[in-house]
Formats: sequence, structure tokens, C-alpha cells
Amino acid sequence: MRTQTTTSAVTDADLFLTLTVAGQACGVPVLVVRDVLGPQVITRIPLAPPEVAGSLNLRGRIVTAVDLRRRLGLPSRPAEVQPMSIVVEMAGELYSMLADQVGEVVPLRQEDSAANPPTLDAVWREVSQGVHRRDGQLLIVLDVERVLAIGGGR
Amino acid sequence: MDDLLADFLTETHEGLVALDVALLRLEKAPDDKPTLSEIFRLVHTIKGTCGFLGLSRLERVAHAAENILGMYRDGVLAVTPAGISLVLRALDRIKEIVGKLETGGTEPVGDDVELISQLDAVAGGDGMFSEAEREAAFAAEPAPVAQAPVADTSARPLQETPAPPLPASNPVRSSVAKAATEPAPAPAPDEHTSGGRAPPQSIRVSVDVLEDLMMLVSELVLTRNQLMQLSRARSDGAYSVPLQRLSHITSDLQDGVMKTRMQPIGNAWAKMPRLVRDLSIELGKKIDLEMRGADTELDRQVLELIKDPLTHMVRNSGDHGLEGPEDRRRAGKSETGRITLNAYHEGGHILIEISDDGRGLSIERIKQKALSQGLASEAEIAGMSEGEIQRFIFRAGFSTAAAVTAVSGRGVGMDVVKTNVERIGGTIDVTSVEGRGTGFTIKIPLTLAIVSALIVEVAGERFAIPQIGVLELVRVGGGSGSRVERIKDAPVLRLRDRLLPLVSLGRVLGLDESSEPLDTAGDTGFVVVTQVGANVFGIIVDRLFDTEEIVVKPVAPILRHIGMFSGNTILGDGSVIMILDPNGIARVTGVVADGGGQRASDSKVASAVRSNEKTSLLLFRAGDDTPKAVPLGLIARLDDIPVEQIENSGGTPVVQYRGQLMPLLSMSGGFAPHDETRTRQTVLVFSEGERSLGIMVDAILDVVDEALSVQAGQGRPGFLGSAVVAGKVTDVIDTAWWLGQGGGDWFRPAASAVMTRRLLVVEDSAFFRELVVPALAAEGYEVVAVEGPAQALRLRERGELFDAIVSDIEMPEMDGYAFAREVRDNGAWQDLPMIALTGRVEPAAVARGRAAGFTDYVGKYDREALLGSLTECLAVPVAA
Repeated sequence: MRTQTTTSAVTDADLFLTLTVAGQACGVPVLVVRDVLGPQVITRIPLAPPEVAGSLNLRGRIVTAVDLRRRLGLPSRPAEVQPMSIVVEMAGELYSMLADQVGEVVPLRQEDSAANPPTLDAVWREVSQGVHRRDGQLLIVLDVERVLAIGGGR
Repeated sequence: MDDLLADFLTETHEGLVALDVALLRLEKAPDDKPTLSEIFRLVHTIKGTCGFLGLSRLERVAHAAENILGMYRDGVLAVTPAGISLVLRALDRIKEIVGKLETGGTEPVGDDVELISQLDAVAGGDGMFSEAEREAAFAAEPAPVAQAPVADTSARPLQETPAPPLPASNPVRSSVAKAATEPAPAPAPDEHTSGGRAPPQSIRVSVDVLEDLMMLVSELVLTRNQLMQLSRARSDGAYSVPLQRLSHITSDLQDGVMKTRMQPIGNAWAKMPRLVRDLSIELGKKIDLEMRGADTELDRQVLELIKDPLTHMVRNSGDHGLEGPEDRRRAGKSETGRITLNAYHEGGHILIEISDDGRGLSIERIKQKALSQGLASEAEIAGMSEGEIQRFIFRAGFSTAAAVTAVSGRGVGMDVVKTNVERIGGTIDVTSVEGRGTGFTIKIPLTLAIVSALIVEVAGERFAIPQIGVLELVRVGGGSGSRVERIKDAPVLRLRDRLLPLVSLGRVLGLDESSEPLDTAGDTGFVVVTQVGANVFGIIVDRLFDTEEIVVKPVAPILRHIGMFSGNTILGDGSVIMILDPNGIARVTGVVADGGGQRASDSKVASAVRSNEKTSLLLFRAGDDTPKAVPLGLIARLDDIPVEQIENSGGTPVVQYRGQLMPLLSMSGGFAPHDETRTRQTVLVFSEGERSLGIMVDAILDVVDEALSVQAGQGRPGFLGSAVVAGKVTDVIDTAWWLGQGGGDWFRPAASAVMTRRLLVVEDSAFFRELVVPALAAEGYEVVAVEGPAQALRLRERGELFDAIVSDIEMPEMDGYAFAREVRDNGAWQDLPMIALTGRVEPAAVARGRAAGFTDYVGKYDREALLGSLTECLAVPVAA
């Protein structure tokens, strides 16, 4: 599949960072990603929505961490799995999405994407921009803005 | 280019981009009210700013577009694609003009008549546009083509264009000049970039550079801390001295960089003199502007955010607040109106006051408007205090300006101001006296600035509490002197004879649901005694750490609804920590009244303006969940009686007290002490001479000072009605009724088979009437109560006779003093004993009362004193 992309010009907009959440491969546009961090010290925030894991310090800026497993209604992360932080910026605020693993940056072409299958779970349908087939696996492209649309703030 | 113009361009560009998006959204969802409101506000802002910059073309186009949007918002006109396209065309025109304005520095010549008439056609032209305005709009256009690029139609002379910008030292009145030069000594980097004066003391630095610096310093601090930790572990002497130095320098650097964020508020005010000047010419009013405290520093971000609200409010003061010279002369004021801006620090907040000496808010007009807009029912309004009615001006869509003018009066305004102020965690309040002026007080916490904070721990998590509100720290439990006690479920701390309500931080934050904090003697903890407004309460925490200087950063939008946190910050060790908002905690837990209310202005305004009298109320819960209130002055004491001591006598629960039986009344109907786990019963004790009576309650909630306005209830026995106390609907109990339940002969002097005496009670507050009348009636007096001196004097004219008069002092129209003088001057009541009832017994007031003709002076609620005084005054005839 990767070889096909050489036929058409690949722009940054077509590049996606792959990540895994409870075994499901997902992708986020590379352009929105600011940082990828290893396990971080996260401060719990009482009374916050359950999806919010807490906040962390990224070079003097405070980043709100959203646990993708909880956001997507998946079982909690086993203790031995240390989450990775994918830091994105939205409306001037930094957010970190906690995933189990972060993979490589891959090009995904618009033509290869399929609309959300109607059977897709409602939570996934809400945050999915489309589904790609890649290396025999389904990869769900996440709409970051919708992933972060939680809590009373919006 | 003029600074003002440059700012306008930046703002307008942003506004236009937002507008495009919002309009397209509206086209898809025509019923989306928030979007409509947003669009309306954006256009309104653009129009408003244009007006003040003398950009008449822009203003007219924007005004016409706003007319349509106003009708959309009010639902008068249906949203159609055609209408939206037209508004979009108007926006395009605005963009085009703005573009040329940017390159040319002046508003380009052009003809918008066609576009405006189309817009007006859609709007229907019914009343939104006055005939004169319309004519002006049409007539104006051809003229400027021939002459100067911008020739204005209104009485607005040289504005922006061909003339060089007006130097600020050349305005109409000297006071404006003084005000304008005031901010100059302050470091205002945007001012003196030109000029062959002394080398500039300040330079422009981009905000990005500062933010980057800030970030780097934070990094440096973290690295410094790590180094320090390493060096401590090694105890290697060679490094410790240079490390110390590095540490100090880092701290100083941190302070220095943080200071760069602070700016004097004068920067935000720099435009005001110009604005006021233009306003005064446009409106034909004479206006003085006074600015005080221009060097009060506040965070750059906060400054940016309050700029617009301030501008709006000054504009409002000029337009609505101040009268024209004619009216002012007639009202006996000087022709020149005055707008005062004042800024100062107080208790960790920045207070900004915007006041004018104009006509003040018309309570009547606001009432009518609130009624006609369905914001409140007649009954609700009747029960509101003046302050509550005045606060209607902060509601969306509320404007009392009779005419829709180009300046303001469409009902966007104060609600926008309030929203903006609240967005940065501030509060806004209004005080106004009709005929004398209006004052707004904006209170902004230093949320975005550097604060000193106390770091506490609860359930293993650390939090910061701003030092500002912290009064003292008390160690509790573990054999120390103080101990957390509880009245039913409410924990309290006895602190120097004061009963302090406590809040368990762990519980409030949902960190430890289960544990009963500090109940067992082995547990130790701390109480952070905190002040919110005028109220004090304690926050229970597990541990205390040091205080730290922190930079408050706003919390992420997805967390803003929590309300317990005023921000978050990064500590010296690099960890993120949430900053607690004592206001929020107080609000959520209900330990004190909402701090956002009148308190901000208490100290200054209250003395000048007559505020509604406040009463100390005890709030408690009994029976149902609705809080109940009783004036504190009526209660002899609070008692906590072990349940096993409560006995039964003739179907009534009683308790032995000082050798007497004290009957206990239950508010919830029956008394069943053993059906719960409760081991102690809280009792409100009322005393009369030797006898006492107790009312059993479930929990004491609080003691608050509130101006009570009781709304008549549905005739429930035992309740006078309900009132809003501490932001909650509260039942106000009818003490006399409950005491009556305690036994028929209650509060009746045992040997008082005297002849009936007739009393006249003059009292404007229904609540007090309801309290005083039954109490006096219970004593065997025949009581006639009236609402004010006017009715009382009518009774005198009718020839009614009384044995004594009991009168309130503070009453509208005619006060107690005037009433007393009137009574003493002539008529049949000349020699009657008169007793003044007042909330405050001060020597000066007593002297004044006696001079006016009062026989005696007693405090409200001091029933014994009143009865004693009455007996004394009537002693001579009674003795017979």
C-alpha cells in the first residue's frame, strides 16, 4: 500500500501518526500533533469528567490529558502498560491524548478511505473521520476536535 | 497611523472572520439563538467602534446590517438565504472599506446608498430607523464626494481624516487634558515611538518573545531544582556555593520575567479621554472624565480582556447615564457631567469603578421593562430589593434606553460586559441612586497574575489555596486544643467563641467519600480559615506545606465548568497543581452567601448610598430540604441536647433545663428521636424571663447578613413566606406562631390583666411588621400597623387615637425623624410617647432621634427592650 503513494504527491496533510488504543489502530493527522511523549507524571483533577486523566507539565505549559481508552468507552489500561502522550493544540490550549502505543507516521490517501461502516459503535462513530484499510488492518482516523469535545466547556 | 485606528483594524479583521463563519452557520440553522446573538454582538461592536472613530461610511453600513440582525434575533423577521446574502454583502462592503482604510489611512470615498436601502427594505424600515436618521443617511452621501474624503453628517467635526491627529493636549476642557496626560509617565510602550526627545525608556517587545522567555525560565527553574536535589544528595561542598548563586539568580530572573506581564491599567484607559471627548460632542453633553489609579498594575491578559468592557461602560455612562446640560441645570447640578474611573488593589483583587453623576437608573423603568420582556412576574418584582431590580440591566437583551441610537441602546451591552468580566473570573455590581448617578464596580481576581499560595494536601493530592483569602491556620485533633465538632452533619470549629462552619476539602472534591474527617481523636489535620467576602469558614485539609509564589494559569476549557478551581499552575518541582477557588467552594457547599453580590462595594458605596437594611439571620434545616431562616436576634441560644434527655410530658417532648421543663417543638410534625441514628438534637432556644421554649431543627446551616425581602407565602401556618437568602429560596419562619404552639399563655405577662392599650406601628418592611405586631399583640396590646408615615398621618387626620407610636427610622419618602417632627409639631398626637425602632442603636442616632421628638430608641428585634420601653412610657396611666 505504501508503494502506491509514490504515484501521487504526498503532502503533509495526508500524513497520519498511527497509534493503538486497546488493540485498535487509529490515526491522527500529523499536522495537529505537537509532541509525542513517553510516560508522564500526571496530576489527577478531582471532579473532572471521567475521560480527563489529569494534567501534566510540558516545558512550562500545562497540558490536559485525555485518556483515549476512557474516551472511547474501552476497558481501563492494565497497570503494566505505560501510556504514551500525543500532544495536540486546539484553540490555543494543549491537550494530550493518552494511547497505549504510538507507531509510525504513514501516508493515507483520501481515495483509500471508506466512510464509517454503519455498524460502528456510536462512540467511535462520533470521533471517527473515516476508516482506512492498511496492512490488512482497519485504521480509524480520529477527529481530534471531536475527541476533545468533552466536559461542560463546550 | 493612529494607534486607535490600528487597533480598530486588528479587531475588525478578527470580528469579520468570525462573522463570516457564524453567518454561514446561521444560514444552515436559522433558529440557532446563540449564533444569532454572537453575530449581532460582533456587528454591534464593529458599528460602535466605527462611530467613535468617525468612520461614517462603515458605521452606516454596519448599522443597517445590524437592524436586520436585530430583527432576526428578536424573531420579528425570519432568517432567509436572501437576507443572509444581503448581510454578507454588507460585510463584504465593510471588508472592502476596511482594506482601503488600512492602506490609505482614511475611509475611502464611496456610495453605499443602494446597499443600505436594500438592507432597510429587508428590515422593513419600521421604526428601527428614525426618519431623521434615514434622511441623514441618504442626504449625506453625495456631499463628501465633492469635498473632503469624509465629511460627517452629524455634529461630529474633524475626526480622523485629513487633519493631523489631534494632539491629546488640545481638547475642549482642561480636565480632559489632565486626564489624557496622566498615563504618560507610566511605561506605555506604544506611545512615544517617534519624537526627538530623550532616548526612549521602554521598547516594544512582542508578546511571543515574552511568552517564550517565560517558558524558558520555567525550564530553567526545573533544571535548577533538579541540580539542587542532586547536590543535596551528594553533600559535595565544591558545588554548593555556585549552586546557591545560580538559584538566587534564577529566582530573580523568574520574578523579572513575570513582571513583564504586568501593565498599568492606564494603558487600557489611554483611549478614554478621546472617546469621552468625541462622545460629548456627538451627544451635545458636557462631560468631564476623571481617572484615578491609572498606575494600578494588572496582568497583560486581563488587561486585554477588560479593555472592551470598560470602553463599553464609559460609553454607556456618557450616553445613558449623564443628562444633557439643560436637564442637569434643571436638576440643580452643574452643567458638566462627570465620569470617574478608579482602579485600586483590594484584598487580592483589582477593583475598577466606573461611576457617573447622571440621572441614575430608573427603578420604575427597569421594572416595566422586566415585566414587558417577561423576565420576571409582577409578584417576583414586588419582592425584589432595589439592588436586585437594578441587576436586571445585566440580563441579555435588556436596555432601558428609550430610543435606539447609533451609540447604544439595543440591549447588547451590559450583558456582554458581564459575560466578559465573568469569563476572567470577575464580578460586576451596580449601585445607583435615581437622580444622583450610577456606579459600577468590577472586581477582578488576580487569576492570571502571580499570587502567593498555600500548598495543602488532602487524600494524597496537593492543591494550592491563594493566600489572599487565608486568615489563619488551625491545627485540629490529635490532642491539640482544637477539635472538629459537629452539629448533626455539619462540622464546625469553635474558634475564640465563634462557631466556624467547616468544609471538608476531601469530601467537596470527591476524594474521600467515606471517611468522617477528623472524628476520631487520633486523627490530626488542619483547618484553613478562609474569608470569602464578609464571611469566614474553614477548609479541612490533611497536611500543610509551604507557601509558594505561583503564576496562575487558566484551566482548560473542558474543565472550566468545575467551578472549584480558579486556575492551575506549575510548582517549583515541576508538578502541575490545581488552585482552589474559595469562592467556588463556598458557593458549591453553601457555607456562605454568594460572594459575588453587594459585598465588593460595601466599604465605600454603602455609606454614601442608602442600602437596604441587613439583618443577621440564622439558617437551618428542619423537616424538608428547604432552608429556613429566623432572625438571630430572636434566638436566646443554640443547644445540642442528648436525645436520651428528651422526655415526654402530655404528648409534648420536653427537656429539663435549669430546673424547669422546656417544651420542644418540632417543625416537621411529629417528634421521633429514636428512628434515626441521631444521638443529639439541635434546638433553637427562645427565652422569656424564666421560661424557655425550644424548636428542634435538623441542622444549623449558617448565619448570614442579608437584606430580607419576604414574599408572602401561601398562608402556610408558621411561615411568613419565602425569601432568597444566600442564593437559595428560604422559608422565613413566623416565630410568634411557633411560640404560640408552645402553650397558650406564652409571652403573656402572667399578671397583665390591664386595660387594652392601643399602639400604632409605622414600619415599611412587611417582614418587620409581621414580627413586631404579633409580639405586641401577644402582650395584650391592640396594634394598628401602617406601611409609612403618610398613612399614619392620614389616621391622625381621621382622628384616630392611640396610646403610643412605634416607628421605624429608615423609610422611603419620609423617614422616622421627619415623621416624629411632624407628629410633635401639631395635631392630636403631640404628646404621645414615640418609640423609634432601628436596626442600629448608635449614640449619634439616638441623639438625633431624641432631638426629633422620639421618647425612646430601641433596636429592632430587641423585643424585651421594646416591651420594657412601652411599659415605661405608658407607666403613668397604667399605674393608676
